[in-house]
Amino acid sequence: MERNTDRSEFARKALKDLGISIYNQMEEGRFPEVMIPSRQTNNIYYDPKLEQYVLGDKRVVRSADNVKHVKPLAQLLWVARIGKELIDYDRVSTLRDLFYMSKNIDINFATQQESDEAVYDLEALLSMPRESFNIFPHDRGAIFGDLTVRYRVKGFKDSLINLTDNPDGVNIGPALDNAELVKTTADKVIAIEKGAIFIQMIREKVHEKFNAILIDTTGQASRSARLLIRRLNEELGLPVYILTDCDVWGAHISMVIISGSVNSAHITGLNTPSAKWLGFWPTDINRYKVPTMKMKELDWKRLAELKADPRYKEKFWKEQLDAFERLGLKAELEAFSSKNKSVSQTFLVETYIPEKLKELGAI
Amino acid sequence: MLSEQFQELNVADFFYKNKDLVGFDSPHKATYMIVRELVENSLDACDGHRILPDVRVTLSRVEGEGGQERYHIKIVDNGIGVPLEAVPYAFGKVLFGSKYSMRQNRGTFGLGGKMSMLYGQITANSRVTITTSQGGNKIYTFELSTDIRTNTPIIYRRDEADNKSHFRGVKIEFDFEGDYGKARDKIIEYFYETAMILPYAQLTFIDPNGTLLFYPRITEKMPNPPVETQPHPHGVDLELLKRMMAANPHTSLQVFLSKNFQRVGERTAKAFLKSNGFDPHMEVSQLSTRQLTKLVTALREYPDFLPPDPSCLSPIGEELLREGIKRLLSPEHVVVTTRPARAYEGNPFIVEVGIAYGGAIMPPDKPGKVQLYRFANKIPLLYDEYSDVSMAVIQSINWNQYKVKLDEAPIAFITHICSTKVPYKTAGKEYVAARPEVEKEIDLAIKQAARELRVQLSRMEKAEYRERRTEVLRKYLSMMASFSTFLAEKTKEPDIDSLLREGGVKKRRKGAVQLVDDPPEDEFKEKGKA
Ligand SMILES: Nc1ncnc2c1ncn2[C@@H]1O[C@H](COP(=O)(O)OP(=O)(O)O)[C@@H](O)[C@H]1O
Ligand SMILES: [Mg+2]
Repeated sequence: MERNTDRSEFARKALKDLGISIYNQMEEGRFPEVMIPSRQTNNIYYDPKLEQYVLGDKRVVRSADNVKHVKPLAQLLWVARIGKELIDYDRVSTLRDLFYMSKNIDINFATQQESDEAVYDLEALLSMPRESFNIFPHDRGAIFGDLTVRYRVKGFKDSLINLTDNPDGVNIGPALDNAELVKTTADKVIAIEKGAIFIQMIREKVHEKFNAILIDTTGQASRSARLLIRRLNEELGLPVYILTDCDVWGAHISMVIISGSVNSAHITGLNTPSAKWLGFWPTDINRYKVPTMKMKELDWKRLAELKADPRYKEKFWKEQLDAFERLGLKAELEAFSSKNKSVSQTFLVETYIPEKLKELGAI
Repeated sequence: MLSEQFQELNVADFFYKNKDLVGFDSPHKATYMIVRELVENSLDACDGHRILPDVRVTLSRVEGEGGQERYHIKIVDNGIGVPLEAVPYAFGKVLFGSKYSMRQNRGTFGLGGKMSMLYGQITANSRVTITTSQGGNKIYTFELSTDIRTNTPIIYRRDEADNKSHFRGVKIEFDFEGDYGKARDKIIEYFYETAMILPYAQLTFIDPNGTLLFYPRITEKMPNPPVETQPHPHGVDLELLKRMMAANPHTSLQVFLSKNFQRVGERTAKAFLKSNGFDPHMEVSQLSTRQLTKLVTALREYPDFLPPDPSCLSPIGEELLREGIKRLLSPEHVVVTTRPARAYEGNPFIVEVGIAYGGAIMPPDKPGKVQLYRFANKIPLLYDEYSDVSMAVIQSINWNQYKVKLDEAPIAFITHICSTKVPYKTAGKEYVAARPEVEKEIDLAIKQAARELRVQLSRMEKAEYRERRTEVLRKYLSMMASFSTFLAEKTKEPDIDSLLREGGVKKRRKGAVQLVDDPPEDEFKEKGKA
């Protein structure tokens, strides 16, 4: 497949095809209908080949012949219509914004929940994330590193931008998500769970030291961030490493980047199966002897949930979860500061990260 | 049980002294009873003889000697009239009547009409003026009263004239002391409900205030009049048996029974007598008092007599009942049921019910209230409805089963019991007692009607649903037409009218409708595997 294809073009075509399908059905005097992959939990499977959750073969028919379906079907088409407008005029919107827009027309979304559902249905029907038709979550996450991009947004089309230009990093948003990734000298991506550590790493020139593009996921990575990480991996062939706190939540932040989330099972293309959890692993706790905390009740509960999740069946992940269970401890990335020689030379950057990258064969 | 021995004790006097027993216990109640008894006599004289009733009542105030208000009543009907010789007795002798026979009538004891006139005589010292003709050349006018002491008519005047206008029927006029103000609502209700049960009657009432109440006839169809029948053995009593035997003293028991009772042939009579230890050939006059009592009991309890012949009954019938209900309640739904004839204690009876729903009918204004119109032998019953067997039956039914919320639904019930002997709880003919046989029939009839009502209601719900469906479909399909035109980048919107018109007819195509081109999901999938 061609690299660097404009996602908007795909979306525009898909939306047009949907329109033609509905249009033709009505022209032929039939009640229009669509078949949407079911997003019910009984149709969500873990696909070990894709290493993510996917929807099974169950499909729901939404037919205008059915009074119960006709409204959701009209709502779905309204979202499609808005999507096309957003693409055509190069505008973006959010789920919340979309809900308010619906008040202009008698399409009757009772709650935002309902308009969100319509968006999810369209994603499932087109097998495309909503970012493709310019519906974005509120921006979260930032990127820094030697990467040159060309935006596709009107008015910005001609300029090449280098992502080292801004010392705080560049927000990951719709423009960047669909930008053309022109060139990079980096050979890896390091995604970091915490903004403070991300900034600290920029200041310590981690991007240069390790030839890396840095990404701040601010906790659970947003879909935009996950999409960008995947593109960096796919289109530029960069391996991805994820750095989080040493707790079950950190483990799962990595897992979602690697294997996707259950909520996004209806969309492929948001996960990066080859990404690796760089640390901070529970199995590192004894090795590095940093201050730890006891796991709390919530941590234990989450641990039990993760242990039941098929994504954690792999040997490496099982070992990590077992380590949490055995130790009953957790630790933050900041804990490495207890071993800093000076403010400008942190143990994390000087010692931990290179040791871990070596361990994973990255350097 | 009333019997001849009262005559010896001065019947007229007795009834006057016990007027509350027959409903004349206050001036306003008496006003209502007078109107009602006279109207019922007129109606009996019409529909009991296949005549379409036309009954006109005028009630006016007259000058009195102060105290209680005084009224003049005039009623004219087009019934069969009264034969000349019978006039003094029909209107001047208590317990004289033509309705002792075994057939359904409004009056029964030769009492009601006379009580009315007697009441006028006592309270207003009024004589009764009666004009009648049976449709012949002559028309007669009587002025009379009752000698209360001897229960005999006193005739003051008796005129005979040429019947130039071909009048047939009876006209009655007299004065009485009453209270129309308090009776007004009940009297109007009485006419209203009478019009409901008798859609073939024309009723006119002018009240003392000059207000005209007029119910025209809305149909010329009439139920068949009741046929006179012999008594059924299950319904005999000692008095009746004695009277019948007195008329045939020298016949054998077997012949007596088979000649005088319905459902008893010679064979049945013989089998009955044998099984009860009577000699079929014994002469009836030979029976001792003890044997007589034993015979009555045996007749009432012998299980092998066929059920009573219902031809002596005259139900309104489903069609007329429906007409009457529609006319006065203007409901959206009417369901009616006429049950087959049944009997209690040898008295045949038929239960008819109607349920009216929606339309002009209002839901009850407070919980526990039930709109119930009760009739017995085509007479509306206006008092004590919550003591009536019909009310008890309605309240005992689980209405959820019929999708009806009794406390909220715009629903009205109509029950009609016709019988040679309606089991009234009181002599005032106000409400029907809970005889198990009658109760069961009312229950069955109401449930049968309720089932049909439920079918109708759900049918209506479906029609409403279809309408709503089209509305909803139109709204969203027109949106979809516009959205898809925009998405497909076309200019002309697809036509949804034919789709809506032919709507449910067209079968949906089976299977998935593929999008025109496959969406580019493979783009993402392929790379994911790489
Ligand atoms: N309007 C009438 N037309 C014909 N006959 C009547 C009329 N009113 C009364 N009669 C006769 O007078 C009789 C006595 O009437 P009433 O005292 O009311 O007793 P009941 O109605 O119980 O027989 C009736 O049986 C009937 O034969
Ligand atoms: Mg009478």
